[in-house]
Amino acid sequence: MDTVISISGLHKAFGATRALDGLDLKVACGDVHGFLGPNGAGKSTTLRILLGLLRADSGAVRLLGGDPWHDTAELHRRLAYVPGDVALWPTLSGGEVIDLLGRLRGGLDTARRARLLERFELDPTKKGRTYSKGNRQKVALVAALSSDVELLLLDEPTAGLDPLMEAVFRECIGEERDRGRTVLLSSHILAEVEALCDRVSIIRNGRNVETGTLADLRHLTRTAVTADLARPPTGLDALPGVHSLEIRGTRVRCQVDTEHLDDLLAALGRAGVRSLTSQPPTLEQLFLRHYTSEPEAAAL
Amino acid sequence: MTALTGTGNLVRLALRLDRVKLPIWIVALAVMTASTASAFEGLYGTLAEREAFAATITANPALSALLGPVFDATTAGGLTAWRIGAIFGVLGGLMGHQTVMRHTRLEEETGRLELLGAGVVGRHAPLAAAQVTACGAGALAGLACAGALIALAQPVGGAIAFGAGLTGIVWTFAAVGSAAAQLTTTARAANGIAGGLVGTAFLLRAAGDALGEGDSAWPSWVSPIGWFQQLRAFGDERWWVLGLMLAFTAVVVAVAHAMAARRDIDEGMLPTRPGPAVADDGLRSPLGLAWRLQRGMLLSWTVAIAIWSAVIGSLADGVADLVGDNQQMAQIIDALGGAENIVDTYLAAVFAIVGLVTAVYALQAALRLRTEETGLRAEPVLATPVRRTAWVASHLTFALVGPALLLAVSGLAMGLVHGLRAGEPGTQVARLVGAALVQLPATWVLAGIALALFGLLPRMTTAVWGVLGACLLIGQLGAVLQFDQRVLNLSPFTHVPQLPAGDLTWAPLVWLTAVAAALVAAGMAGARHRDIA
Repeated sequence: MDTVISISGLHKAFGATRALDGLDLKVACGDVHGFLGPNGAGKSTTLRILLGLLRADSGAVRLLGGDPWHDTAELHRRLAYVPGDVALWPTLSGGEVIDLLGRLRGGLDTARRARLLERFELDPTKKGRTYSKGNRQKVALVAALSSDVELLLLDEPTAGLDPLMEAVFRECIGEERDRGRTVLLSSHILAEVEALCDRVSIIRNGRNVETGTLADLRHLTRTAVTADLARPPTGLDALPGVHSLEIRGTRVRCQVDTEHLDDLLAALGRAGVRSLTSQPPTLEQLFLRHYTSEPEAAAL
Repeated sequence: MTALTGTGNLVRLALRLDRVKLPIWIVALAVMTASTASAFEGLYGTLAEREAFAATITANPALSALLGPVFDATTAGGLTAWRIGAIFGVLGGLMGHQTVMRHTRLEEETGRLELLGAGVVGRHAPLAAAQVTACGAGALAGLACAGALIALAQPVGGAIAFGAGLTGIVWTFAAVGSAAAQLTTTARAANGIAGGLVGTAFLLRAAGDALGEGDSAWPSWVSPIGWFQQLRAFGDERWWVLGLMLAFTAVVVAVAHAMAARRDIDEGMLPTRPGPAVADDGLRSPLGLAWRLQRGMLLSWTVAIAIWSAVIGSLADGVADLVGDNQQMAQIIDALGGAENIVDTYLAAVFAIVGLVTAVYALQAALRLRTEETGLRAEPVLATPVRRTAWVASHLTFALVGPALLLAVSGLAMGLVHGLRAGEPGTQVARLVGAALVQLPATWVLAGIALALFGLLPRMTTAVWGVLGACLLIGQLGAVLQFDQRVLNLSPFTHVPQLPAGDLTWAPLVWLTAVAAALVAAGMAGARHRDIA
């Protein structure tokens, strides 16, 4: 099976609020797929529809070859989920929750459970209500990662983790990818998505605005270039795809559409390059471009 | 006083959060008072009629053991104070401790207190604000009830005594609630402790009235509900009893504040232990999880109802003795079917109460589904291969099987104690377990309503408490208020055969069970097809 998740034209409204408004999403088998969007974009709603907790108003949703609303229990055998807002039972210890969720899923690997507890430095004997937000998240992560499943659905799983634990999380996801698992990682932390994901979907207001590999998406953005030249350049402002051009004597700063980078470099070369720095576009810029309102986006 | 800084703002917040709940409590209590008083006024308009009615009550010790003695039969107010006094003792107690709990331990448990505590709020302010809110609401409830009685032309002194007594009850249990809130880490457990003390207070009062010869015996005097009664509203009022209530409130409030100052946020005075690192074998299914979540509540209910039933059962044999010496009464009793029948009437009235109390458990168990859902704890379970129906069924099992256990334990305890005193334990156990279990289908209907709301109108799930309140009103006051039979028929408990006094009829039990089954099926279907929060 090549496509693990396939969503097209998904709509879901809560009263007058349109949470999802024609969302499309495809996740291929073995991919770590980043699912990016600001708060309230519809990421959690999408995941909850994939879990069969919410019923879609319209649109087609396929998960692991089945229908998430009708084949719920069968599909859940093959996936694990980490909610964005982890709530634990106040009187159950973390270890009990991990075991319970694992057993409900059909068993868990006790050796892996022990390793994960150690790596995440989690005390499994504490009661649910005494864990901090980050530790509650670790409980859910250990429970999800110690099961043998094909698909991991992770809803902003690192929101409460400290940087050290975030690094552990990244290692773990890397290992999952190496084992051939598919991961749908919802996040608004760009560095995390850049570090982990093969493909990215960006959604806003319940609709996706961009999907592709990171390389694809970078083509859509501009590279920032700063150069010190031998003599003042000429004709740069006439080049296609050059924006925010600033020339101070022999120092040039500008942004250039990725497909016109060649032309700019040739023009700079004609003026004699003393030093050159170029910054590849970050996901951050992509993100800002899509999320800031339209006039601001044009200026980027 | 910096320790109380911010109390005013917190009181305003509490009033905003309780802007529906507290008015409902106050209006419901006032309406119950007014409708009972006007019913007595209408039914027994003349002094002679009222005195004749009082004579029949006194001749029916079943009622006086349950509700206490009549201190004044000359006014409708006096009869009202007798009829609703014991119930108001319980309701006022619940109102007091639950109001405090909502604004103390529950806020702390959910982490909201931390948000507030980081603001300009003194150390004692949150607890003080909850107490001020509960006591203020108690004062309003008392005023409303006194006002209702005065408006119905009842003696002003008696009306004020009754209202003040109700206020006193709310205050004493608000104090008890604020102390209980310091003990445990969950509002559920703290409410359990405080609610248990309300039940104990009712029990002590009943024991005091049953043991007393003419005047109530000592157990009445260690019970706040006993104090409420010993105020003797409309009789020869003993105002100093209010002082007892105030002193008790002051002492317990001080103890609560002392405990609050000695503990950390999120901690209770009772120690908490770490849990096991690995789950035991039982925790591997939705039912196993429901058992872990519900076993504590079921166990405490079982113990409480066993003790309660044993005490009430131990009074049964004495009920007939209360009138033993009075020749005229003995004749009335013979007319009612003899001493044996009097005891059975008392037991039937007791089981009617046990049925309602068991329904409280059934609702608590069923509503776990909704709190699990809104607490986002249904989500991780339903993200595993667990089917929704299995998850719903896991908690529903407790709402259906739990009441059967509680009723059986109640009948067993009552049968053993009463049977030993009457010298025929075997017979009494068998018939009283049966008499208790006939209440079961009615509690199932209540659980069914809770499940139907959960499945079809989830936001309205807690409205089922209103349904239980209506059943309480119909069952306990329906006859006095002379409700239309069609209204009485709305309560499932109306249809339960009144064992052991009446005859066992199977038809109502069968169709009550069928109604409950239909409600459960509707709720299940709804829960399968709706969005999960």
